[in-house]
Amino acid sequence: MADFKLKIRRFDPESGEPAYWADYDVELPPERSVLDGILQVKDREDASIAIRCSCRAAICGSCGVRINGRSALACNTRIGEAAERGRDGFITVEPMGNMPVVKDLVTDMEAVHWKKVRRVVPWLVPAEEPPEGQEYIVPAEAMLDVTQAMACIHCGVCVSACLSMEVDPEFVGPAALAKAYRFVGDPRDGEHETRLRDLAEDPHGLYDCTHCFQCVEVCPKDVAPMNQIMRLRRRATDDYGIKDVNNGYGHEKAFVGLIEKYGTLFEAQLLPRSFGDGSLVKGQLSPSGAKQLTRELPTAIRGVRAGKVSPKKALLHPKLPDQKQVRRIFNEIESQGERIELNLYIVGEMAEGEEGA
Amino acid sequence: MPQHDVLVIGAGLAGQRAALAAAEQGASVGIISKVHPVRSHSNAAQGGINAALDPQDSWESHAFDTVKGSDYLGDQDAIEIMCREAPSELLTLEHLGVTFHRDGTGHLGKRAFGGASAARTYYVADITGQAILHVLYEQLMRHEEVTRYEEWFSTALVQDDDGRTAGVVTRNIRDGAMELFAAKAVILATGGNGQIYDPTTNALICTGDGIAMAYRIGAPLMDMEMIQYHPTTLAGLGLLITEGARGEGAHLYNAQGERFMEKYAPNKMELASRDVVSRAEQTEINEGRGFPDGTVALDITVVPRKRIHEALREIVNVGRDFAGVDITREPIHIKPGNHYVMGGVKTDVHGQTPIPGLYAAGECACVSVHGGNRLGANSLLDTLVFGRRSGEHAAKSVHNMNMPDPSRSSLQDEEKLIRSIVERDGTGRRVSELKAELGKAMDKHVAVFRDEAGLDAALEIVQRLKDEARDVAIDDKGTVFNQDVLGALELQFMLDNAEAIVISALERKESRGAQFRTDYPDRNDDQWLKHINVSANGAEPELFYSPVTMTQWEPQERTY
Repeated sequence: MADFKLKIRRFDPESGEPAYWADYDVELPPERSVLDGILQVKDREDASIAIRCSCRAAICGSCGVRINGRSALACNTRIGEAAERGRDGFITVEPMGNMPVVKDLVTDMEAVHWKKVRRVVPWLVPAEEPPEGQEYIVPAEAMLDVTQAMACIHCGVCVSACLSMEVDPEFVGPAALAKAYRFVGDPRDGEHETRLRDLAEDPHGLYDCTHCFQCVEVCPKDVAPMNQIMRLRRRATDDYGIKDVNNGYGHEKAFVGLIEKYGTLFEAQLLPRSFGDGSLVKGQLSPSGAKQLTRELPTAIRGVRAGKVSPKKALLHPKLPDQKQVRRIFNEIESQGERIELNLYIVGEMAEGEEGA
Repeated sequence: MPQHDVLVIGAGLAGQRAALAAAEQGASVGIISKVHPVRSHSNAAQGGINAALDPQDSWESHAFDTVKGSDYLGDQDAIEIMCREAPSELLTLEHLGVTFHRDGTGHLGKRAFGGASAARTYYVADITGQAILHVLYEQLMRHEEVTRYEEWFSTALVQDDDGRTAGVVTRNIRDGAMELFAAKAVILATGGNGQIYDPTTNALICTGDGIAMAYRIGAPLMDMEMIQYHPTTLAGLGLLITEGARGEGAHLYNAQGERFMEKYAPNKMELASRDVVSRAEQTEINEGRGFPDGTVALDITVVPRKRIHEALREIVNVGRDFAGVDITREPIHIKPGNHYVMGGVKTDVHGQTPIPGLYAAGECACVSVHGGNRLGANSLLDTLVFGRRSGEHAAKSVHNMNMPDPSRSSLQDEEKLIRSIVERDGTGRRVSELKAELGKAMDKHVAVFRDEAGLDAALEIVQRLKDEARDVAIDDKGTVFNQDVLGALELQFMLDNAEAIVISALERKESRGAQFRTDYPDRNDDQWLKHINVSANGAEPELFYSPVTMTQWEPQERTY
């Protein structure tokens, strides 16, 4: 048993008062959860604190909050560990980000998360009529693969942590896009290309993610939403060659091409190559590419003036000394014939003598 | 006043399946749930769903296993329907998009489960309930004709002057507004009541609301004494470790390293029925062969690690996050814990209760397909088959009926009740205190082993708590998301459930299924092969019996 101090963000919409912090003392074994701490306060001291919670086992997805600023489920965050990370001995608990607050720790998930989920046509659109009297025959790996996205409990923790959504509230977002992969990766679905094209063309869709890894870090179910987004992108580009208005296709081609050639990112070439589907010349010659490049010029000039880049550094980009090794990795992967997707759903390491997955 | 042909209360598997089935019949459907549908406790059903889909298997075999598992208290006509319809229900789910595990040929793969004579449990890793729940919710989003009332709390069923169910009184949790819904038929799908026990595997929302609401308007509750203790729950917290672990081959050991199931179920070992395994564990613990923390050990390390990660991933997480144990490397300490109520609102095979216009499906209902003991992976099946049947039957039977006009006085009564709770001065005990006392009492006296003295003690406590619950202290005076006042209402629902359970357990003077009376240790078919029903007609609960329906399986001695 140990003593912990909780600092909970309170907000009562009926009071007319702004949100405020309130401090509470709890007594629990350190391996119990922050949710247990909040429930103890409710039980013993103040039952008016509002928090959604139900299963206490990270299954129902109700108790998403921010603990010491980090988005998490309260029920699978140990109170002892939260205390170690807290400031001045306090564990701060506040409602999730990127969503309006209803009361105390309760956010309006319907207005943000569920609206975004409905945006991705969140049901199976079968490719063909179901076979009479039997199941669809599909590869075991495909089902395991989409089960990673199926493991999402819609807690909203990734939505809360998403930096892209902070900048662009219209971003479809990590949870809804992971949900989209659940259908795009499902061989029974008949709308793969339509779904991908729709999400690639949406300025707030597939290419609005900035790879910040926040959603991967905070997801309590190892859904790794960003990885699902990247897989949507690979399917969109490699499988369907979808060239979107956001130029995500060209950007990816340019990025990969530059890494293969130089080993590190040659930033000055990224933009022109992006407009040329990877080609430097094509990017500068195409009318739309030239137009967009001109539009980006002031940014480049500002960068030079601020000393962030020098023309020399920007235009001359040395290859990595062991660039051959980078190319070797590319060759190794590309010689596989088919695209390798790491099946992250099965995260366990292999036991001695066990065959690979 | 919102009006629907069919109004479903509860949006877990039974409720969502009922709503979809009713909508497919062309009915206007409303579905009310006190939590967002995907938060429902059906999520927690990890292991899978039973169906005799394999041509080598047969529905009769599944039905016999279920009858035997029920200790012959299950109604065989209902069990036959459930097992016959299981394969098509399973395929319907697969066609809707559930990502069921496949074998190497791309066909559905299956695993072994307790009490079953064949491997017939179909699954999605160990998130089967969650996967089905989420796929049904996908369909609910697609069906725009189904109106979802998410985060609305139902407080009372309303009848018309003829006693027909006419609607329900609810509270919109978001703003505290009270609303009267009119409906030609109401389907209760509110789940179980595990929260009356402490510890329990059940979520905080499992407070038996629908069972209590039906009980209060005179619907009989059947088999309520049959409370399942799951053999593998974490000590203290009560969290569930799926039976799938034993299905995959995990062993049980006592503190002396003995695989003790050899003594109790030499043939089926760890995969005997849940009541049998739980009693075995509790006997080991009671006789001093458990660990000091009152547990025995579940050893999953005998399962290949890749298989654990593929098929038991969720409990790897549960072990790591909630017990600090890597189940792939070391045994985990477990004990029997409250898990499921076999009893519930008495229904026929269409989900109809004896109250006209009132249906029940899923854990809150008692058809009775589980009798004295439910087999693992039959609960999902029960929710889906009887959820669908209720939805279809309700929609068809109200087709030509006029919309009832429920009296607003019931709404005013509930408004007054809630106002009286909110406005009281706070001198009573706290909801949490009463709930904790109830939970401890139930777990102590109405658990794996029971006797008259203990049950009498439990009844006395429950009745005292019912009095105290009438003036519990309330901190929250607001209207927006006032969980405090809902907690007070739930406490009263829970106490009604507890009363029905204890009274029924006292009445059944024999040992059958989950009810083991140390003062009546044998099964007594001559006197007790019958259902016990309890109904609250007015104030005092009344008991009556109803026969068990037999079709083709005569009671036999039950060994595993």
